Amino acid sequence: MIGAAVAILRKDLRLELRTKESVPAMSLFTVTCFVLFHFGLDRDSLDGELAAGVLWVTLLLAAVIGVTRLFAAEREQGGIDGLLLAPVDRTALFLAKGTALFVFLLALELVALPSFGLLLLGPDLRDALPELLLVLLMADLGLAAVGALTAALAAEARARELIVPLLLLPLLVPLLIAASQASEPLLRVSPSTEDLGRWLGLLALYDVVFLLLSIAVFDYLLED
Amino acid sequence: MTAIELDGLERRYGERVALAGVSARVEAGQTLAVLGANGAGKTTLLRVLAGLLRPHAGMARVLGAELPAETWKLHGRVGFLGHEPLLYRELSGRENLAYHARLHRLNGSRVEEALAAVGMERRADEPLRELSRGMVQRLAAARAVLHEPPLLLLDEPRAGLDPAAAELLEPLIGRASGRTRVLVTHDVEGALAEADVALGLKGGRQQFAGRPPRAERVRELYR
Repeated sequence: MIGAAVAILRKDLRLELRTKESVPAMSLFTVTCFVLFHFGLDRDSLDGELAAGVLWVTLLLAAVIGVTRLFAAEREQGGIDGLLLAPVDRTALFLAKGTALFVFLLALELVALPSFGLLLLGPDLRDALPELLLVLLMADLGLAAVGALTAALAAEARARELIVPLLLLPLLVPLLIAASQASEPLLRVSPSTEDLGRWLGLLALYDVVFLLLSIAVFDYLLED
Repeated sequence: MTAIELDGLERRYGERVALAGVSARVEAGQTLAVLGANGAGKTTLLRVLAGLLRPHAGMARVLGAELPAETWKLHGRVGFLGHEPLLYRELSGRENLAYHARLHRLNGSRVEEALAAVGMERRADEPLRELSRGMVQRLAAARAVLHEPPLLLLDEPRAGLDPAAAELLEPLIGRASGRTRVLVTHDVEGALAEADVALGLKGGRQQFAGRPPRAERVRELYR
Protein backbone atom coordinates (compact mmCIF):
# COMPACT_ATOMS: atom_id res chain seq x y z
CA MET A 1 0.00 0.00 0.00
CA ILE A 2 2.80 2.40 0.93
CA GLY A 3 4.55 1.72 -2.42
CA ALA A 4 1.41 2.65 -4.37
CA ALA A 5 0.81 5.73 -2.20
CA VAL A 6 4.39 6.91 -2.81
CA ALA A 7 4.01 6.33 -6.56
CA ILE A 8 0.78 8.37 -6.72
CA LEU A 9 2.25 11.12 -4.53
CA ARG A 10 5.43 11.36 -6.63
CA LYS A 11 3.33 11.57 -9.77
CA ASP A 12 1.11 14.32 -8.27
CA LEU A 13 4.09 16.39 -7.10
CA ARG A 14 5.84 15.97 -10.44
CA LEU A 15 2.68 17.07 -12.29
CA GLU A 16 2.34 20.13 -10.02
CA LEU A 17 6.00 21.07 -10.57
CA ARG A 18 5.46 20.89 -14.34
CA THR A 19 2.01 22.43 -14.68
CA LYS A 20 2.19 24.86 -11.72
CA GLU A 21 -1.59 24.87 -11.57
CA SER A 22 -2.44 24.64 -7.86
CA VAL A 23 0.17 26.21 -5.57
CA PRO A 24 0.74 29.41 -7.63
CA ALA A 25 -3.03 29.94 -7.92
CA MET A 26 -3.51 29.40 -4.18
CA SER A 27 -0.62 31.75 -3.37
CA LEU A 28 -1.79 34.48 -5.71
CA PHE A 29 -5.30 34.23 -4.28
CA THR A 30 -3.93 34.57 -0.74
CA VAL A 31 -1.80 37.63 -1.47
CA THR A 32 -4.72 39.23 -3.33
CA CYS A 33 -6.98 38.62 -0.32
CA PHE A 34 -4.47 40.27 2.01
CA VAL A 35 -4.32 43.32 -0.28
CA LEU A 36 -8.14 43.44 -0.39
CA PHE A 37 -8.36 43.20 3.42
CA HIS A 38 -5.76 45.96 3.67
CA PHE A 39 -7.97 48.32 1.67
CA GLY A 40 -11.34 46.88 2.72
CA LEU A 41 -10.65 47.26 6.45
CA ASP A 42 -8.82 50.53 5.82
CA ARG A 43 -6.18 49.41 8.32
CA ASP A 44 -2.41 49.49 7.95
CA SER A 45 -1.94 46.78 10.53
CA LEU A 46 -3.93 44.11 12.35
CA ASP A 47 -3.31 42.15 15.51
CA GLY A 48 -5.01 39.70 17.85
CA GLU A 49 -8.48 38.38 16.94
CA LEU A 50 -8.82 40.28 13.68
CA ALA A 51 -5.38 39.18 12.45
CA ALA A 52 -6.09 35.54 13.31
CA GLY A 53 -9.49 35.64 11.61
CA VAL A 54 -8.16 37.25 8.43
CA LEU A 55 -5.23 34.81 8.24
CA TRP A 56 -7.28 31.66 8.72
CA VAL A 57 -10.29 32.57 6.58
CA THR A 58 -7.89 33.48 3.75
CA LEU A 59 -5.92 30.23 4.10
CA LEU A 60 -9.07 28.09 4.16
CA LEU A 61 -10.49 29.81 1.08
CA ALA A 62 -7.16 29.35 -0.72
CA ALA A 63 -7.24 25.68 0.25
CA VAL A 64 -10.56 25.32 -1.63
CA ILE A 65 -8.64 25.99 -4.86
CA GLY A 66 -6.18 23.19 -4.09
CA VAL A 67 -8.94 20.78 -3.11
CA THR A 68 -10.93 21.51 -6.29
CA ARG A 69 -7.86 20.70 -8.39
CA LEU A 70 -6.68 17.68 -6.39
CA PHE A 71 -8.20 15.14 -8.80
CA ALA A 72 -7.96 17.39 -11.89
CA ALA A 73 -5.31 15.34 -13.69
CA GLU A 74 -7.19 12.09 -13.02
CA ARG A 75 -10.47 13.63 -14.17
CA GLU A 76 -9.16 15.37 -17.26
CA GLN A 77 -6.74 12.68 -18.44
CA GLY A 78 -8.66 9.57 -17.40
CA GLY A 79 -6.08 8.57 -14.83
CA ILE A 80 -8.74 7.58 -12.33
CA ASP A 81 -9.66 4.54 -14.47
CA GLY A 82 -6.00 3.52 -14.54
CA LEU A 83 -5.95 3.66 -10.75
CA LEU A 84 -9.23 1.79 -10.34
CA LEU A 85 -8.04 -1.00 -12.66
CA ALA A 86 -4.78 -1.47 -10.77
CA PRO A 87 -4.42 -3.60 -7.63
CA VAL A 88 -4.21 -0.48 -5.50
CA ASP A 89 -5.84 -0.15 -2.10
CA ARG A 90 -8.07 2.95 -2.06
CA THR A 91 -6.44 3.94 1.24
CA ALA A 92 -3.17 4.36 -0.68
CA LEU A 93 -4.95 6.84 -2.95
CA PHE A 94 -6.31 8.74 0.06
CA LEU A 95 -2.88 8.87 1.71
CA ALA A 96 -1.26 10.10 -1.51
CA LYS A 97 -3.87 12.76 -2.21
CA GLY A 98 -3.93 13.90 1.42
CA THR A 99 -0.14 14.15 1.53
CA ALA A 100 -0.04 16.02 -1.79
CA LEU A 101 -2.55 18.55 -0.42
CA PHE A 102 -0.51 18.82 2.81
CA VAL A 103 2.62 19.63 0.76
CA PHE A 104 0.66 22.19 -1.33
CA LEU A 105 -0.55 23.86 1.89
CA LEU A 106 2.99 24.03 3.27
CA ALA A 107 4.17 25.61 0.03
CA LEU A 108 1.27 28.06 0.16
CA GLU A 109 2.16 29.05 3.72
CA LEU A 110 5.76 29.74 2.71
CA VAL A 111 4.29 32.59 0.63
CA ALA A 112 1.29 33.44 2.79
CA LEU A 113 3.01 34.01 6.14
CA PRO A 114 5.67 36.50 4.95
CA SER A 115 3.03 38.31 2.84
CA PHE A 116 0.72 38.49 5.85
CA GLY A 117 3.55 39.82 8.00
CA LEU A 118 4.43 42.39 5.37
CA LEU A 119 1.00 43.56 4.25
CA LEU A 120 -1.23 43.33 7.32
CA LEU A 121 0.25 42.13 10.57
CA GLY A 122 1.21 44.79 13.13
CA PRO A 123 3.29 42.72 15.59
CA ASP A 124 6.53 41.13 14.45
CA LEU A 125 5.71 37.67 13.09
CA ARG A 126 9.04 36.30 14.33
CA ASP A 127 8.05 36.75 18.00
CA ALA A 128 5.71 33.75 18.01
CA LEU A 129 6.82 31.95 14.87
CA PRO A 130 7.58 28.46 16.32
CA GLU A 131 4.17 28.27 18.03
CA LEU A 132 2.38 29.62 14.95
CA LEU A 133 4.13 27.04 12.74
CA LEU A 134 2.93 24.31 15.09
CA VAL A 135 -0.67 25.57 14.79
CA LEU A 136 -0.31 25.69 11.00
CA LEU A 137 1.05 22.12 10.84
CA MET A 138 -1.75 20.76 13.01
CA ALA A 139 -4.40 22.60 11.01
CA ASP A 140 -2.86 21.51 7.69
CA LEU A 141 -3.12 17.85 8.73
CA GLY A 142 -6.86 18.11 9.33
CA LEU A 143 -7.35 20.25 6.27
CA ALA A 144 -5.49 17.71 4.12
CA ALA A 145 -7.63 14.82 5.43
CA VAL A 146 -10.96 16.61 4.95
CA GLY A 147 -9.78 18.11 1.65
CA ALA A 148 -8.81 14.74 0.14
CA LEU A 149 -12.14 13.29 1.27
CA THR A 150 -14.14 16.16 -0.24
CA ALA A 151 -12.08 16.15 -3.45
CA ALA A 152 -12.83 12.43 -3.94
CA LEU A 153 -16.54 13.01 -3.28
CA ALA A 154 -16.64 15.72 -5.93
CA ALA A 155 -14.20 14.10 -8.38
CA GLU A 156 -16.81 12.75 -10.77
CA ALA A 157 -19.47 15.40 -10.14
CA ARG A 158 -20.32 17.92 -12.83
CA ALA A 159 -20.76 20.84 -10.40
CA ARG A 160 -17.59 20.10 -8.42
CA GLU A 161 -16.58 23.80 -8.24
CA LEU A 162 -19.82 24.28 -6.31
CA ILE A 163 -19.77 21.02 -4.36
CA VAL A 164 -16.23 21.40 -2.97
CA PRO A 165 -16.77 24.70 -1.10
CA LEU A 166 -20.31 23.73 -0.06
CA LEU A 167 -19.08 20.48 1.53
CA LEU A 168 -15.62 21.53 2.62
CA LEU A 169 -16.18 24.86 4.34
CA PRO A 170 -18.85 23.69 6.84
CA LEU A 171 -16.66 20.70 7.73
CA LEU A 172 -13.78 23.09 8.40
CA VAL A 173 -15.68 25.26 10.93
CA PRO A 174 -14.30 23.40 14.02
CA LEU A 175 -10.80 23.60 12.53
CA LEU A 176 -11.22 27.33 11.86
CA ILE A 177 -12.36 27.95 15.44
CA ALA A 178 -9.49 25.99 16.97
CA ALA A 179 -6.81 27.42 14.66
CA SER A 180 -8.02 31.03 15.09
CA GLN A 181 -8.29 30.70 18.87
CA ALA A 182 -4.83 29.13 19.05
CA SER A 183 -3.34 31.87 16.84
CA GLU A 184 -5.06 34.86 18.43
CA PRO A 185 -2.76 35.24 21.51
CA LEU A 186 0.26 34.58 19.26
CA LEU A 187 -0.64 37.52 17.01
CA ARG A 188 -1.16 40.07 19.79
CA VAL A 189 1.16 43.06 20.18
CA SER A 190 2.57 41.21 23.19
CA PRO A 191 2.36 37.56 22.12
CA SER A 192 1.44 34.89 24.65
CA THR A 193 0.79 31.15 24.59
CA GLU A 194 -2.46 31.46 26.56
CA ASP A 195 -4.72 28.42 26.05
CA LEU A 196 -2.45 27.20 23.26
CA GLY A 197 -2.34 23.63 24.60
CA ARG A 198 -6.13 23.43 24.80
CA TRP A 199 -6.68 24.54 21.20
CA LEU A 200 -3.84 22.38 19.89
CA GLY A 201 -5.53 19.46 21.65
CA LEU A 202 -8.78 20.23 19.84
CA LEU A 203 -6.90 20.45 16.52
CA ALA A 204 -5.25 17.08 17.24
CA LEU A 205 -8.65 15.54 18.01
CA TYR A 206 -10.07 16.97 14.76
CA ASP A 207 -7.10 15.57 12.82
CA VAL A 208 -7.46 12.07 14.29
CA VAL A 209 -11.26 11.94 13.83
CA PHE A 210 -11.15 13.06 10.19
CA LEU A 211 -8.15 10.90 9.31
CA LEU A 212 -9.91 7.79 10.63
CA LEU A 213 -13.27 8.78 9.13
CA SER A 214 -11.69 9.48 5.73
CA ILE A 215 -9.84 6.16 5.67
CA ALA A 216 -13.06 4.36 6.65
CA VAL A 217 -15.25 5.87 3.91
CA PHE A 218 -12.76 6.53 1.11
CA ASP A 219 -13.20 3.02 -0.36
CA TYR A 220 -16.83 3.76 -1.20
CA LEU A 221 -16.36 7.24 -2.67
CA LEU A 222 -14.83 6.21 -5.98
CA GLU A 223 -17.33 3.43 -6.63
CA ASP A 224 -19.64 3.86 -9.60
CA MET B 1 -12.31 -22.39 -19.26
CA THR B 2 -14.94 -19.68 -19.55
CA ALA B 3 -13.46 -16.19 -19.32
CA ILE B 4 -16.65 -14.14 -19.64
CA GLU B 5 -20.21 -15.17 -18.94
CA LEU B 6 -23.08 -12.71 -19.22
CA ASP B 7 -26.76 -13.44 -18.67
CA GLY B 8 -29.46 -10.79 -18.97
CA LEU B 9 -26.98 -8.02 -18.17
CA GLU B 10 -28.56 -4.61 -17.66
CA ARG B 11 -27.12 -1.17 -17.05
CA ARG B 12 -28.94 2.17 -16.85
CA TYR B 13 -27.87 5.81 -16.60
CA GLY B 14 -30.69 7.28 -14.54
CA GLU B 15 -33.85 6.40 -16.45
CA ARG B 16 -32.03 5.70 -19.71
CA VAL B 17 -31.34 2.05 -20.44
CA ALA B 18 -27.78 1.70 -21.80
CA LEU B 19 -27.68 -2.09 -21.86
CA ALA B 20 -30.51 -4.61 -21.53
CA GLY B 21 -30.73 -8.37 -21.86
CA VAL B 22 -27.13 -8.90 -22.88
CA SER B 23 -26.06 -12.55 -22.73
CA ALA B 24 -22.85 -14.04 -24.08
CA ARG B 25 -20.16 -16.59 -23.31
CA VAL B 26 -16.49 -16.27 -24.21
CA GLU B 27 -13.92 -18.98 -23.59
CA ALA B 28 -10.37 -18.17 -22.50
CA GLY B 29 -8.20 -17.11 -25.43
CA GLN B 30 -11.18 -16.25 -27.64
CA THR B 31 -12.01 -12.87 -29.15
CA LEU B 32 -15.44 -11.31 -28.68
CA ALA B 33 -16.28 -8.59 -31.21
CA VAL B 34 -18.85 -6.09 -29.93
CA LEU B 35 -20.55 -4.35 -32.84
CA GLY B 36 -23.07 -1.57 -33.13
CA ALA B 37 -23.61 2.05 -34.09
CA ASN B 38 -22.61 5.01 -31.91
CA GLY B 39 -24.58 4.97 -28.66
CA ALA B 40 -25.40 1.27 -28.94
CA GLY B 41 -23.85 0.56 -25.51
CA LYS B 42 -20.51 -0.91 -26.60
CA THR B 43 -18.30 1.26 -24.40
CA THR B 44 -20.71 0.82 -21.47
CA LEU B 45 -20.37 -2.95 -21.87
CA LEU B 46 -16.55 -2.69 -21.85
CA ARG B 47 -16.64 -0.57 -18.69
CA VAL B 48 -18.97 -3.04 -16.98
CA LEU B 49 -16.62 -5.91 -17.91
CA ALA B 50 -13.66 -3.93 -16.51
CA GLY B 51 -15.49 -3.43 -13.21
CA LEU B 52 -15.59 0.35 -13.74
CA LEU B 53 -19.41 0.40 -13.95
CA ARG B 54 -21.79 -1.70 -11.85
CA PRO B 55 -24.35 -3.84 -13.67
CA HIS B 56 -27.86 -3.05 -12.43
CA ALA B 57 -29.39 -6.44 -13.22
CA GLY B 58 -28.47 -9.81 -14.66
CA MET B 59 -25.34 -11.84 -14.16
CA ALA B 60 -21.79 -10.96 -15.18
CA ARG B 61 -18.87 -13.26 -14.39
CA VAL B 62 -15.45 -12.13 -15.66
CA LEU B 63 -12.31 -14.23 -15.06
CA GLY B 64 -14.23 -16.04 -12.33
CA ALA B 65 -15.21 -12.81 -10.54
CA GLU B 66 -18.93 -12.17 -9.98
CA LEU B 67 -19.65 -8.51 -10.74
CA PRO B 68 -20.12 -6.24 -8.92
CA ALA B 69 -19.54 -8.13 -5.65
CA GLU B 70 -16.09 -9.43 -6.58
CA THR B 71 -14.81 -6.53 -8.68
CA TRP B 72 -11.65 -6.45 -6.55
CA LYS B 73 -10.66 -9.83 -8.02
CA LEU B 74 -10.30 -8.15 -11.42
CA HIS B 75 -7.87 -5.49 -10.24
CA GLY B 76 -4.57 -6.00 -12.04
CA ARG B 77 -5.98 -8.72 -14.35
CA VAL B 78 -7.60 -6.59 -17.03
CA GLY B 79 -5.90 -4.51 -19.72
CA PHE B 80 -8.07 -1.59 -20.87
CA LEU B 81 -7.35 0.29 -24.06
CA GLY B 82 -10.11 2.79 -24.75
CA HIS B 83 -10.73 6.29 -26.08
CA GLU B 84 -8.60 7.83 -23.33
CA PRO B 85 -4.96 6.68 -23.14
CA LEU B 86 -5.09 6.78 -19.28
CA LEU B 87 -1.72 8.51 -19.39
CA TYR B 88 -0.69 11.96 -18.19
CA ARG B 89 0.14 14.53 -20.87
CA GLU B 90 2.78 16.33 -18.80
CA LEU B 91 4.72 13.12 -18.09
CA SER B 92 6.91 11.30 -20.57
CA GLY B 93 6.11 7.82 -21.88
CA ARG B 94 8.77 6.31 -19.63
CA GLU B 95 7.47 8.19 -16.55
CA ASN B 96 3.89 7.16 -17.32
CA LEU B 97 4.78 3.49 -17.72
CA ALA B 98 7.02 3.54 -14.65
CA TYR B 99 4.10 4.97 -12.67
CA HIS B 100 1.77 2.19 -13.85
CA ALA B 101 4.50 -0.40 -13.21
CA ARG B 102 4.71 0.76 -9.59
CA LEU B 103 0.92 0.58 -9.22
CA HIS B 104 1.05 -3.01 -10.51
CA ARG B 105 4.16 -3.80 -8.39
CA LEU B 106 6.24 -4.61 -11.45
CA ASN B 107 9.97 -4.49 -11.97
CA GLY B 108 11.37 -1.41 -13.73
CA SER B 109 12.81 -3.59 -16.51
CA ARG B 110 9.24 -4.35 -17.59
CA VAL B 111 8.91 -0.68 -18.59
CA GLU B 112 11.88 -0.90 -20.95
CA GLU B 113 10.53 -4.12 -22.46
CA ALA B 114 7.14 -2.50 -23.03
CA LEU B 115 8.70 0.61 -24.61
CA ALA B 116 10.75 -1.59 -26.94
CA ALA B 117 7.70 -3.67 -27.83
CA VAL B 118 5.82 -0.59 -29.08
CA GLY B 119 8.90 0.96 -30.71
CA MET B 120 8.97 4.04 -28.48
CA GLU B 121 12.41 3.82 -26.86
CA ARG B 122 13.77 6.84 -28.75
CA ARG B 123 10.86 9.16 -27.86
CA ALA B 124 10.29 7.71 -24.38
CA ASP B 125 11.49 10.80 -22.51
CA GLU B 126 9.33 13.36 -24.31
CA PRO B 127 6.16 14.57 -22.62
CA LEU B 128 3.04 13.05 -24.14
CA ARG B 129 1.70 16.46 -25.16
CA GLU B 130 4.54 16.67 -27.70
CA LEU B 131 3.78 13.29 -29.29
CA SER B 132 1.40 12.44 -32.12
CA ARG B 133 -1.92 10.68 -31.52
CA GLY B 134 -0.50 7.44 -32.93
CA MET B 135 2.53 7.53 -30.64
CA VAL B 136 0.33 8.13 -27.60
CA GLN B 137 -1.84 5.20 -28.69
CA ARG B 138 1.27 3.00 -28.87
CA LEU B 139 2.18 4.01 -25.33
CA ALA B 140 -1.41 3.40 -24.23
CA ALA B 141 -1.15 -0.12 -25.67
CA ALA B 142 2.11 -0.62 -23.77
CA ARG B 143 0.34 0.57 -20.60
CA ALA B 144 -2.59 -1.80 -21.21
CA VAL B 145 -0.39 -4.92 -21.48
CA LEU B 146 2.37 -3.85 -19.07
CA HIS B 147 1.11 -6.21 -16.35
CA GLU B 148 0.47 -9.11 -18.78
CA PRO B 149 -3.31 -9.23 -18.17
CA PRO B 150 -5.20 -12.38 -19.22
CA LEU B 151 -8.11 -10.23 -20.47
CA LEU B 152 -7.86 -7.29 -22.87
CA LEU B 153 -10.75 -4.85 -23.32
CA LEU B 154 -10.15 -2.91 -26.52
CA ASP B 155 -12.20 0.04 -27.73
CA GLU B 156 -11.11 1.03 -31.25
CA PRO B 157 -7.52 0.02 -30.37
CA ARG B 158 -6.10 0.86 -33.79
CA ALA B 159 -7.51 4.42 -33.91
CA GLY B 160 -4.77 6.85 -34.95
CA LEU B 161 -2.28 4.11 -35.83
CA ASP B 162 -0.60 3.88 -39.23
CA PRO B 163 -0.43 0.39 -40.81
CA ALA B 164 3.15 -0.18 -39.61
CA ALA B 165 2.25 0.72 -36.02
CA ALA B 166 -0.88 -1.46 -36.18
CA GLU B 167 1.30 -4.37 -37.29
CA LEU B 168 3.82 -3.63 -34.53
CA LEU B 169 1.09 -3.85 -31.87
CA GLU B 170 -0.39 -7.07 -33.25
CA PRO B 171 1.65 -9.39 -30.95
CA LEU B 172 0.59 -7.30 -27.96
CA ILE B 173 -3.10 -6.69 -28.53
CA GLY B 174 -3.99 -8.79 -31.57
CA ARG B 175 -5.05 -12.43 -31.81
CA ALA B 176 -1.38 -13.39 -31.62
CA SER B 177 -1.28 -12.19 -28.01
CA GLY B 178 -3.18 -15.35 -27.03
CA ARG B 179 -5.23 -13.35 -24.54
CA THR B 180 -8.98 -13.30 -24.17
CA ARG B 181 -10.06 -10.13 -25.95
CA VAL B 182 -13.20 -8.04 -26.15
CA LEU B 183 -12.92 -5.86 -29.22
CA VAL B 184 -15.13 -2.85 -29.95
CA THR B 185 -14.70 -1.51 -33.45
CA HIS B 186 -16.54 -0.07 -36.45
CA ASP B 187 -14.31 -2.05 -38.81
CA VAL B 188 -16.96 -4.72 -39.44
CA GLU B 189 -14.97 -6.92 -41.86
CA GLY B 190 -11.84 -6.77 -39.68
CA ALA B 191 -13.79 -7.60 -36.53
CA LEU B 192 -15.62 -10.52 -38.12
CA ALA B 193 -12.35 -11.91 -39.45
CA GLU B 194 -10.69 -12.02 -36.04
CA ALA B 195 -13.68 -12.78 -33.80
CA ASP B 196 -14.63 -16.16 -32.37
CA VAL B 197 -17.81 -14.73 -30.90
CA ALA B 198 -19.76 -11.64 -32.00
CA LEU B 199 -22.25 -9.55 -30.08
CA GLY B 200 -24.49 -7.07 -31.90
CA LEU B 201 -26.03 -4.16 -30.00
CA LYS B 202 -28.65 -1.65 -31.08
CA GLY B 203 -29.94 0.95 -28.62
CA GLY B 204 -28.43 -1.08 -25.78
CA ARG B 205 -30.35 -4.23 -26.74
CA GLN B 206 -28.73 -7.39 -27.96
CA GLN B 207 -29.46 -8.21 -31.62
CA PHE B 208 -27.32 -11.31 -31.89
CA ALA B 209 -24.68 -13.19 -29.93
CA GLY B 210 -22.67 -16.24 -30.84
CA ARG B 211 -20.75 -17.22 -33.93
CA PRO B 212 -19.96 -14.20 -36.12
CA PRO B 213 -22.83 -13.63 -38.58
CA ARG B 214 -22.53 -12.48 -42.19
CA ALA B 215 -21.44 -8.87 -42.75
CA GLU B 216 -24.90 -7.88 -44.10
CA ARG B 217 -26.50 -8.90 -40.80
CA VAL B 218 -24.02 -6.70 -38.96
CA ARG B 219 -24.63 -3.72 -41.23
CA GLU B 220 -28.29 -3.77 -40.20
CA LEU B 221 -27.09 -2.58 -36.78
CA TYR B 222 -26.04 0.70 -38.36
CA ARG B 223 -29.34 1.43 -40.13
